[in-house]
Amino acid sequence: MVLVFAEQNQGVFKKSALEAVSYAASVAAASGTEAHAIVLGTCQDAAALGQYGATKVYHLNDERLNHLEAKAYAKAIGQLATEAGAKVIVFSNNNTAKAVAPRVSARLKAGLVAGAIALPDMNNGFVVKKAVFSGKAFSFVKINTEIKVISLTPNSFGLIKVDGQAEVILKTANFTDSDFAVKVESVQTVSGIVPLGEAELVVSGGRGLKGPENWGILEDLASAVGATLACSRPVADSHWRPHHEHVGQTGGTIRPNLYIAVGISGAIQHLAGVNSSKTIVVINKDAEAPFFKAADYGVLGDAFEVVPRLTEAIKKFKAAQHA
Amino acid sequence: MTGMKILVCITKAPDTTTKIAFVDNDTRLNEAGVQWIINPYEEWYALVRALELKEAGLATAVHLVTVGKADTEPVIRKALALGGDEAIRIDADSNDSFYIASQIAHFARTENYDLIMTGKESIDYNNASTGAMIAELLDMPYITHVSKLEVSGNQVQANREIEGGEESNSCSVPLVISCQKGMAEARIPNMRGIMAARTKPLKVVTPVEESELTSTISYEMPPQKAGVKMVAPEQMDELVRLLHEEAKVI
Ligand SMILES: Cc1cc2nc3c(=O)[nH]c(=O)nc-3n(C[C@H](O)[C@H](O)[C@H](O)COP(=O)(O)OP(=O)(O)OC[C@H]3O[C@@H](n4cnc5c(N)ncnc54)[C@H](O)[C@@H]3O)c2cc1C
Ligand SMILES: Nc1ncnc2c1ncn2[C@@H]1O[C@H](COP(=O)(O)O)[C@@H](O)[C@H]1O
Repeated sequence: MVLVFAEQNQGVFKKSALEAVSYAASVAAASGTEAHAIVLGTCQDAAALGQYGATKVYHLNDERLNHLEAKAYAKAIGQLATEAGAKVIVFSNNNTAKAVAPRVSARLKAGLVAGAIALPDMNNGFVVKKAVFSGKAFSFVKINTEIKVISLTPNSFGLIKVDGQAEVILKTANFTDSDFAVKVESVQTVSGIVPLGEAELVVSGGRGLKGPENWGILEDLASAVGATLACSRPVADSHWRPHHEHVGQTGGTIRPNLYIAVGISGAIQHLAGVNSSKTIVVINKDAEAPFFKAADYGVLGDAFEVVPRLTEAIKKFKAAQHA
Repeated sequence: MTGMKILVCITKAPDTTTKIAFVDNDTRLNEAGVQWIINPYEEWYALVRALELKEAGLATAVHLVTVGKADTEPVIRKALALGGDEAIRIDADSNDSFYIASQIAHFARTENYDLIMTGKESIDYNNASTGAMIAELLDMPYITHVSKLEVSGNQVQANREIEGGEESNSCSVPLVISCQKGMAEARIPNMRGIMAARTKPLKVVTPVEESELTSTISYEMPPQKAGVKMVAPEQMDELVRLLHEEAKVI
């Protein structure tokens, strides 16, 4: 059986969680078995995971699990994996999984590939492809243990919808107080925006924009496209933008379908975080900017003229589509 | 409690400008000409914050640990030049996170550290796994992606980045955390630090018997881009058409 952790927030599954379920279902199909999901915390609609290929959903309906507590999550997932006989355990490699998947791996002494970008190759052992050197290369990692843990990079597999309902089975775990040692004092969420790590469309700005007061044109473009904002490191370092928007070797590594880079030179450390994007558009007024070499489409021009024009063109296109 | 005993986990990484290439049938990084640096997240954030806590009298000792062969000593000396009381090198080479975490956990178990700090991820293997594994092996709580860390007695206040926001956590030690931007401002080693680092203890510890749960079989470079298609700045409708019809991304 392939067990997949489907993360949810107030009963809503993130797209990346559904992607992980789709991935788990494909791994299960390739090894002639079923995919079962595990859901932690309050959730009304766990059965919906059947539409992405899970045949069973184990639901730990325990309020204490409504917030991430790495120790408790790992215990719950580890215990269930053992009890239900999981051979492969799948996560979506976001900040939650980074806290939990390695703990499950250590707990079960089951080899982990963190940041998988493709289905495992099971022809010759169990080999999983992942990005290394911050996106400058890939590696093929063989898992040597009987139980395997895979944490899938968001946006690297896609959703596969099927016609199915899953059977929901309520479960409990043997928690102790020490499993909940970390107390959540407060949460500040940026609502309504797709988190950068999961975003399919990203608009990013660099020092070429001159100052934070000029970000309006990028915000307009992002909202026309439906994109999430990102930035280069000096932009975050100068506090023009919040640091969670910083991408690159020392910031986030992302692989959206579309990355629009405005006023970013394309330094190797910046490219490291974004060059796995499927399509890259570069807007820069310097023909020698190294970013053009890594781009699919380039616009040589002044961002302050080009970006508003692009925003208008997108709006026109969207209006025509909806007409 | 009079102050915390802190362990900072340090790994080496190729300088960020390194052009990555592989040798031996793509099974090994071409190390010729590679400059090794301290992995930025522990250099800029974990280590500096640990030193600040010691300077503020909130920590009694800051130890550095690395799992690596003798060739990692220059990097650990560089870390000692920034500060820290002593360094421990566990004499083994692996890129399996479980193997590395097991070595660190085994060493840490007898030393009774209150706080174990790692970087948020290594910029070479990008696993972001080692800290969580150490925590599991030592049965300790774990907070990832910490961007702010305050300490008072045996209590820790930590802000961590979550998907689409930030969360403020509190926890008592012992505890493992992974560190990222926001926690501290990077420091540059000074001459005094560099001189002092030469005489600071660097203990070499024999690794314990442990298996590698994963092995890297080979590497691959990303496919080359076909080349950039330039669109005139006046023709943004054309760019939108290309993004829709050719790239199929909007
Ligand atoms: C250890 C290390 C780690 C690093 N990690 C990262 C990282 O994670 N992420 C990152 O981004 N950087 C990182 N850097 C920094 C990196 O080397 C570059 O300095 C940085 O990416 C440059 O940011 P930029 O492109 O915004 O600015 P610049 O390099 O200053 O480029 C600005 C660009 O804007 C263009 N421009 C100016 N005006 C206009 C206009 N009106 N219209 C259009 N274009 C215009 C210019 O032609 C230029 O190409 C790192 C560096 C080091 C040493
Ligand atoms: N060989 C190592 N020795 C000591 N610490 C390490 C080692 N490898 C990784 N770490 C620590 O674990 C963090 C995360 O690394 P990784 O799990 O490889 O992404 C790093 O930032 C280091 O703090």
